[in-house]
Amino acid sequence: MNIKNTIIFFLLALNSLFVNSAVLPEDKIDVLYHSYDGGGVEVNGPSVLVRKKFLDNFSVSTNYYVDMVSSASIDVVTTASAYSEERTQYSVGVDYLHNETTISINYVNSDESDYEANNASLTISQDFFSNLTTLSIGYSNGWDTVMQNGQDDFSEDVDRQNFRVDLSQVITKNFFMNLTVEAITDDGFLNNPYRSVRFLDPTVASGYSFQSELYPDTKTSTAVVISGRYFLPYRAALHAEYRDYSDTWGVDAQNFEIKYIHPYNDHLTFEASTRYYQQNEADFYADLFPFQTAQNFLARDKELSSFDSISIGLGATYEFKMNSAGFEKGSVNLYYNYFQFDYDNFRDLTVVTAPGEEPLYSLDANVIRAFVSFWF
Amino acid sequence: MKNKIPLIVLMIASLSGCTNVKPWVKPYERQNLADPIMVSNSHPISSAYLHHVHEAREGARGAAGSGGGGCGCN
Repeated sequence: MNIKNTIIFFLLALNSLFVNSAVLPEDKIDVLYHSYDGGGVEVNGPSVLVRKKFLDNFSVSTNYYVDMVSSASIDVVTTASAYSEERTQYSVGVDYLHNETTISINYVNSDESDYEANNASLTISQDFFSNLTTLSIGYSNGWDTVMQNGQDDFSEDVDRQNFRVDLSQVITKNFFMNLTVEAITDDGFLNNPYRSVRFLDPTVASGYSFQSELYPDTKTSTAVVISGRYFLPYRAALHAEYRDYSDTWGVDAQNFEIKYIHPYNDHLTFEASTRYYQQNEADFYADLFPFQTAQNFLARDKELSSFDSISIGLGATYEFKMNSAGFEKGSVNLYYNYFQFDYDNFRDLTVVTAPGEEPLYSLDANVIRAFVSFWF
Repeated sequence: MKNKIPLIVLMIASLSGCTNVKPWVKPYERQNLADPIMVSNSHPISSAYLHHVHEAREGARGAAGSGGGGCGCN
């Protein structure tokens, strides 16, 4: 089947599934302050999202997001110097509603002193089977440039493709489920140019030395999420979600989350959640290699090690009517999450002892999201 | 001709549609599904940030923020 026929096949498939119900998102402004504090890393900043319908069939959205980073992480304090940097991200998107099918395109640009990322995406969503089922198919393409501060001639590329399918299904009048599958492929310079691995070196007093990490040039990952949300008889909701993940670097991961949403009255809603995550290490990860360049690929990134984490979250939303400045409704929202990470084979090198005998590293982190929303 | 078979099948499917499927949850039974507390991603700006935190600290990636449609309540 050639490309033209494939496209026609795809469009007809969507057409055959068509029934009513797609709508465009609401006109809304969100202004958020975010904060992450954990493991010697502080990241905070604003995010502003504006969405507006026009010409009956279109909705445009734009997002401005900033990360202000101050890092003295375990990697940084043991192999480099603490640093500060800023990342700015812009995005613009358009949703088009035609014959009850929603077509969305989105573009994102992220820029910091040593990394630039671009991503363009297309998603097509369709409701069918009397609105009990929604199918979304998405594709995105990313192109990044990796740079290195202090090395003006260093510049490497990364290309990325995402394929995603979402299927949502009403099961009963109180329960619906989602199934999401996403495959991502990366091709290019996937290392962190600053990060090092360590290896045993009897010629130095510490007993170990460092060399630059070295990753493969390609990576393909697959993630499958199944989730469900149930409406409880006394007007509350229970949400559960499970993800299974694997990639070609040998990382397998699973996470499970459960969330409870409880409206206190017409204005105030509370939320509580807990999430457990665990992964094994990448094939080429080691906390301590036996000698220099011990294998073709080398990693000592704790995000590629074996670890688990547990988090709890609490949140509250207060909604209120408005009749001023063109706004119909507003809300004030505060969410807090606590994370605990325990690493199984990543050691804390701030403790000086025999190589490989250092205590295992762990960290906790506090995450705050405070935001206001206005509907107009 | 081999390439056209899927097109013909789909054209027929397109004409017949799927509107004959009887909904096992009737439109008038969907008020609970339409409740705002049943929206999976009610604050995209907020959930996107939390996904960003997860991806920064974890080796896994993708399929986050699973779709919130399908409640048939629009």
